Amino acid sequence: MTGIVALYIFMLAAFTGYEVIARVPVILHTPLMSGSNFVHGIVLVGAMVALGSAGTTLEQVIGFVGVLLAAGNAVGGYAVTERMLEMFKSSGDKRGGAKGRH
Amino acid sequence: MDLQFSATALIQASYLLTAFLFIMGLKRMSSPVTARSGILWAGAGMLVATLATFMYPGMTNYPWIITAVVIGGVFAWITGRRVAMTDMPQMIALYNGMGGGAAAAIAAVELYRGGEVTTSGATLAVVGGIIGAVSFSGSLIAFGKLQGLIRKSLRFGGQQVLNLLILAAALLLGALIATGFNDAAGVVTGLFVLSLLLGLSMTLPIGGADMPVVISLYNALTGLAVAFEGFVLGNAAMIIAGTVVGSAGTLLTQLMAKAMNRSLANVLFSGFGDTGGSATATEVQGSLKPIEAADAGVMMAFAQKVIIVPGYGMAVAQAQHKVWELCQLLIDRGVTVRFAIHPVAGRMPGHMNVLLAEAGVPYDLIADLDEINAEFETADVALIIGANDVVNPVARNDKSSPIYGMPILNADKARNVIVIKRGQGAGFSGIENALFYLDNTRMLYGDGQAAASALIAAVKSV
Repeated sequence: MTGIVALYIFMLAAFTGYEVIARVPVILHTPLMSGSNFVHGIVLVGAMVALGSAGTTLEQVIGFVGVLLAAGNAVGGYAVTERMLEMFKSSGDKRGGAKGRH
Repeated sequence: MDLQFSATALIQASYLLTAFLFIMGLKRMSSPVTARSGILWAGAGMLVATLATFMYPGMTNYPWIITAVVIGGVFAWITGRRVAMTDMPQMIALYNGMGGGAAAAIAAVELYRGGEVTTSGATLAVVGGIIGAVSFSGSLIAFGKLQGLIRKSLRFGGQQVLNLLILAAALLLGALIATGFNDAAGVVTGLFVLSLLLGLSMTLPIGGADMPVVISLYNALTGLAVAFEGFVLGNAAMIIAGTVVGSAGTLLTQLMAKAMNRSLANVLFSGFGDTGGSATATEVQGSLKPIEAADAGVMMAFAQKVIIVPGYGMAVAQAQHKVWELCQLLIDRGVTVRFAIHPVAGRMPGHMNVLLAEAGVPYDLIADLDEINAEFETADVALIIGANDVVNPVARNDKSSPIYGMPILNADKARNVIVIKRGQGAGFSGIENALFYLDNTRMLYGDGQAAASALIAAVKSV
């Protein structure tokens, strides 16, 4: 990947991120923040590559910690986002908590 | 066909698919109708990318990779499944910090190895590393504060100057590394120590109420750090996902700060309540008029329209299930019921919606400030439960009040106002609430859950 192509990707991705959530309602702020937190869990693939190419013990230890943290970001981000969004139901939704009492 | 070439091509194709799934997933997450499927799309993308990465050519240390994924994944899955909905903000902070730490770790591995021969490569690794490390330690402090582990806000004179000095020192070391300084290892260590320190000293002075904005900012920063490390590794999936989160997160941070009536600079560089004990506004006229639950229940049962204003106090009392039960009774009687959510209800914007959704309240009964404010004039009853400052009319007309200018819910415009409150006392900000003293306001004293139960009994007996 040449530098200028990388810059194009950077620019277009930045516009995309802005446009995608530009009209998000306040009610989804918390789940969306959590969802975007999950998406940067993609750092996991980079951490895997870093640990996979680590030579010295120091690099291996740091790489191991990196993968561990990244996996926590990805899995934890998914778990909480899914839990929150699963609860958003409309009153027209059949599975909705119309009489969802305990 | 060359085996290595085909593996690379497959990985590239997987990353492309992942980028598509992430963007579509985020797009779907920005509307309540499609939000539930959005996280599934994004999750599928993550799975595809992770599996494809195992085929990366020239990788070693597989047992360690798998061990780390399992430990980190299991820890996060268990904590993420168990955490109470009220504690969601600090968990997001924790997972976000982990992502920032991972980005910093990638930078550290690359920089210790000294593999980045080009100045631009090393610069990107350094910048991503600083941002990732700041996000890591800063998010951990945010977690500690919201979890109640850190109770004090450390503030002292010259704090901003100290932060600037730390940043300048970190940048200086970064510049040394980027220009190929000989004894790199010690400098790299210094760089990360300073960056972690910067995250700590930036976040410690910020008060708990402002934390959501800070978490959102660190979320955007982690995205940027991931994008920078993506450049270093030549990994398109990381560049795209990281940049998308970086820009979406920046926008979200601004929206949140706006919803809380705070500017980002204000949040970062001055603590809330720094003005001291000057919260003595104009004296409130009138008296507090109590009401019995039975009378309040009758009032609501025979109303045409009831608007409920929940605050975090309702969630603390775990009253949201009872409140929804009450609403269902009213709806069955033909009463129009709506929930009015202030942007800062709950502990971060949108948090109250999550708590209500947990109790089973459909999202189409929930309206935000702009939608609902005109409707209070036509409401027979506004029921305030656990909310205080967000319905205080002094924000509208008393210039001397610390909350002056904050957008509020116009509950005082309703024909009758019922306030469920534990006892007599001022709100979170310590300001007397003029709403409680109005002629059309009645106070229903008691614990949120008990009061809601009493109202249910009263409506049932009508």
